Amino acid sequence: MAEMDTSGGGGHKKGPGVKKGKKLSTRVDLTPMVDLGFLLITFFIFTTTMSQPTAMKLFLPKDADKPEDQNKAKESGVITLLLGKDNNVFYYEGQLAPDGSNFKSSSFKEIRTVLIDKKRNTPEKDLVVVIKPSVECTYKNVVDILDEMAINVLKRYALVDISEGEAALVKISDASGTAVAGASN
Amino acid sequence: MGRAKLPRKSTNIDMTAMCDVAFLLLSFFILTTKFKPAEAIAVTTPNSVAAKVAPQKDYVMIILDANGKVFLEMDDESKKEAIANALNSTRNLGLNTASFKKSLFFGAPFGSLASFLALPEDQRKGDKLPGIPVTDTANNELVTWMRLTKDAYMGEKEPAFLLKGDNMAKYPAFKAIIDAFKKNDILKFQMVTSPEAAPVGTDLWKMNQKGEKLED
Repeated sequence: MAEMDTSGGGGHKKGPGVKKGKKLSTRVDLTPMVDLGFLLITFFIFTTTMSQPTAMKLFLPKDADKPEDQNKAKESGVITLLLGKDNNVFYYEGQLAPDGSNFKSSSFKEIRTVLIDKKRNTPEKDLVVVIKPSVECTYKNVVDILDEMAINVLKRYALVDISEGEAALVKISDASGTAVAGASN
Repeated sequence: MGRAKLPRKSTNIDMTAMCDVAFLLLSFFILTTKFKPAEAIAVTTPNSVAAKVAPQKDYVMIILDANGKVFLEMDDESKKEAIANALNSTRNLGLNTASFKKSLFFGAPFGSLASFLALPEDQRKGDKLPGIPVTDTANNELVTWMRLTKDAYMGEKEPAFLLKGDNMAKYPAFKAIIDAFKKNDILKFQMVTSPEAAPVGTDLWKMNQKGEKLED
């Protein structure tokens, strides 16, 4: 342990008759202090590196004025995700059927399996994910779904405005909690 | 011949040096830790698997709070001055350039910007401010803000456009911000998120295991 030399320079003896005061040891056990020191160090090391915010990039497409400039996607490779209220997700593959029969309900937990299935069963060059957030969904929902694109390494996706018919369909389905068929345009 | 005497060594170790090092490191970490400054606008960011650290300088940040109010923050004071001058000359707002420069963020319609700047710093709290109006598509003031920002950075390296949104913010406000970006041909921007690990078993997780990186 840390100790100090208290013998007082060469240790000469005091003469006879001089009363010897009892010497208290000046040794201090530093072990708990070192323990505490390292504990605090670990705390600060962890807190400094953990709270760095990250940033996810989003590239926006330029608005195409002419319809022929727009990207065409093969119908079979398209999956459209609609984000509703209360973290609801709805989806359909290809075109939305007039009777709404292919309009399905899902959630943020289940949508990953849907996307993985779609990715497995579709040639990569055809696969396009169309994301249509409704007015009721939150920023978190949009970021989560974009994150889902990153998680499943889906390279082609687009953020598209919702159409009126779809918005109505999402609204009705939101109210009932499941996909409602037959309410589309 | 007598037996060789082994000198008895003390088992005490001098801990003073170790203690010194420990506390030196401790003071280093205490001093370098940057505690989050008390934020005027409370925002809880969503999580994402993005691994890139958000830029800390040369940024223009749009903050979207839980109520859908929009604020603008930027760090370059000379650019703020340029924007204040541009606003004064084109819209005749009579802004105090010095306090505009000092202001950390902006969150008021153009009409009441002068009175916003007149408020003392500690009263500029997110929940009491009106925010920049965006949701009215005919009068999306963020479009003007972004145009002025772009003009201020004209001929220089573009700043990093950041969007820091709250979990509970509704989509229309987010859409309005995207529109403001698009109208000014700002097609690349970054969303500030909290880090999160890629879920086990997914394609991204497999790529990370192989050491591959997603291209930016």
